[in-house]
Amino acid sequence: MTAELIIFVLLAVIAVAAALGMLLSSNAIYSALFLVVNFGVVATFYLLLGAPFIAMVQVTVYAGAIMVLFLFVIMLLGAERLRHPNQVLSWQQPLAVVLVMALLGFAGYVVSMQGLASPPVDVANTVSYGSPAAIGELLFREYLFPFEATSLLLLSAMVGVVVLTAVDARRGVSRGVSRDRRS
Amino acid sequence: MTISNLNLVGTLPLLFLSAWACGLLLVDLWIPGDRKHMTGWMALSGFAITFFWVSSNLGQREEAFGGMLAIDGFSNLLHLVFLGSGILATLLALNYLKQHDIERGEFYPLMLFSVVGMMIMSMAKDLIVVFLALEMLSIPLYVLVGFARTRADSEESALKYFLLGAFSSAFQVYGIALIYGATQATGFAAIGDAVAISGASPLLLAGIGLMLVGLAFKVSAVPLHMWTPDVYQGAPSVVTGFMSVGAKAAGFAAIVRIFFSAFHSLAADWAPVIVLFAVLSTVIGNVAAISQTSIKRMLAFSSIAHAGYVFVAIVPGGYGALSDFAASAVIFYLAAYGLTNIGAWSVVIAVDHADGMGSDISNYAGLARRSPGLAAAMTLFMLSLTGLPPTMGFVAKFYVFRAALAAGYTWLVVVGVVTVLISAYYYLRVIVVMWMNSGDGQVVTPRALNFTVGVTAAATLVLGLLPGPLMAIVESSVRGLF
Amino acid sequence: MIPTTYYLALSAILFSIGVIGVLVRRNAIVIFMSIELMLNSANLAFVAFAREFGTLDGQLMVFFVMTVAAAEVAVGLALIVAIFRSKASIDVDAVNLLKG
Repeated sequence: MTAELIIFVLLAVIAVAAALGMLLSSNAIYSALFLVVNFGVVATFYLLLGAPFIAMVQVTVYAGAIMVLFLFVIMLLGAERLRHPNQVLSWQQPLAVVLVMALLGFAGYVVSMQGLASPPVDVANTVSYGSPAAIGELLFREYLFPFEATSLLLLSAMVGVVVLTAVDARRGVSRGVSRDRRS
Repeated sequence: MTISNLNLVGTLPLLFLSAWACGLLLVDLWIPGDRKHMTGWMALSGFAITFFWVSSNLGQREEAFGGMLAIDGFSNLLHLVFLGSGILATLLALNYLKQHDIERGEFYPLMLFSVVGMMIMSMAKDLIVVFLALEMLSIPLYVLVGFARTRADSEESALKYFLLGAFSSAFQVYGIALIYGATQATGFAAIGDAVAISGASPLLLAGIGLMLVGLAFKVSAVPLHMWTPDVYQGAPSVVTGFMSVGAKAAGFAAIVRIFFSAFHSLAADWAPVIVLFAVLSTVIGNVAAISQTSIKRMLAFSSIAHAGYVFVAIVPGGYGALSDFAASAVIFYLAAYGLTNIGAWSVVIAVDHADGMGSDISNYAGLARRSPGLAAAMTLFMLSLTGLPPTMGFVAKFYVFRAALAAGYTWLVVVGVVTVLISAYYYLRVIVVMWMNSGDGQVVTPRALNFTVGVTAAATLVLGLLPGPLMAIVESSVRGLF
Repeated sequence: MIPTTYYLALSAILFSIGVIGVLVRRNAIVIFMSIELMLNSANLAFVAFAREFGTLDGQLMVFFVMTVAAAEVAVGLALIVAIFRSKASIDVDAVNLLKG
């Protein structure tokens, strides 16, 4: 029990530190790498919470595909150096402070919450909980509609990306691309 | 291993439109680059078929996909609003895209996808479906806003809309997580049952608040409206006309369904927040609109104010028997706003020029002499947006205020009427400029645009004079739903 | 067993850091990464609640949130690339992001 708590606290500290690192570093590539660390730690939390399949998806999709895409774009654009990393617009600073106080107050409240404070039933150790088979069955039965909807969502996102970045073949050049090619 | 209550037949119009959008993507490949308006006509026929299909069977009361979707009068009527705005915007786009040299075939399938998202939003009976539908309607809109890649402000407004939209949907997801944590459910019916037993816990209220942030952003309610003027100005005007109606109506559809069914028993907790949105949006939207010189920014602030009036109609929804009445008022208001607003934006498109000139209110000087029909229609739209008779806008505002009065919110109605008077100043100024001042700008009025202006103007006038039949249809379709 | 509330508190802290990131950073890509952090913290809350209740629904939500995040990332990065091509800047002050 205590060993588990120590592991949790250790991982939580790493997760928060990585998130702060993302927030504070002035190089966008460092930010992205810190975020990868955070996503990796969250994946281990998923393992602790009895969600092995979600943990694997987290590593492959989030920490893998999505963050690689981020890194790729940052390097493609050469945008890693940020000119003035933490310059704050005047009205946003108080807003940020207020919002964060509210959310942290909420976090404090949550810890003291009675309803959920009792240790939950240990479902996480049953074999079928969170297994790919159990998730797949639920996905294709009760969550069939959201599943189908995501396919349309991904298709429209794909079309959108093509529209936003493709070079217009009819006109031959689009401004930016012509510049990239020439330089 | 079968899914209970799949009911594919009930969702056929939705499935048809989705399939039409996917098919159109393929067909578009074989349409030569200089004839992309053919894609537009095909999208138009898809919209039209679905429109008549849905309108042939308004009074359904069904569920589909195991209770994830509702097919009822509320969703069907809103489908007509979404499809109608899709039809009108596609008609406008046929010439607009060519004229602004941004014609690409993908425009139309993206619009279809967005309408599919809106339709799902109005049918959703599960928070996860609401979230997915919100993204389904938003992601094509982000792209459509940035569609005019020849203009920098289009791309910039797309980035702005995108970043703030993603920010607000992150709030929404966190809100859904907390609601799930408080009630053990994401389906509206199950949430409603859980809430009726356990009442409001701080966890649940925090979740509702965070979720409302995401939805209020979509309908551009104050204080989540900052993006609206810039995006409405930067986006291609056809897209603005479309999203100012469609996205707003979809956001309100979800708000109505969530708050009237899932959180009905918590009305005492959420009504003050809705009232706050209503007051802030009507007051700030209308006051800020006064000082605008660009007609696009003026219409953007007007759209913020109109979101406030819809919130006025939602307030009575927590009062038991009044929720049907409130839902009909919301639908009627959204229909009126949709017709009028798309009409107004088509006049803006006619006066606007590809070089960016013609978007100032001063450019409307002398419009009455150059193009009396257009000026007369614009006069009607401005009267309707103000809420003056004999237009549909008047009936809609009357309806909304009557619902609020019935719930005992007299002071809210007083605030509403005062803000209507404030709004009269800037709407009527456009009319004065058109008819009294002299000026000489060119207007571009292709046949499709004339048709759109004519249809919306006629509907605004006819439904303003004879609202009875439509009201009866709305009320009978919604009766007993909430 | 670690109580669910601990996970919830952690997710609230991560969410707050994401909110701060969006509000104080001026680089579109970093803002976007902060939004991903917010979505991720919501996912952590979903999975923690799922274990609390002993059902899998919460884990399914995570699936859908991840799909949406992937779609958003694709469109968002495409927009950023498109803007960078025409302006050579992704500093959001250059695009007047929060001018009311």
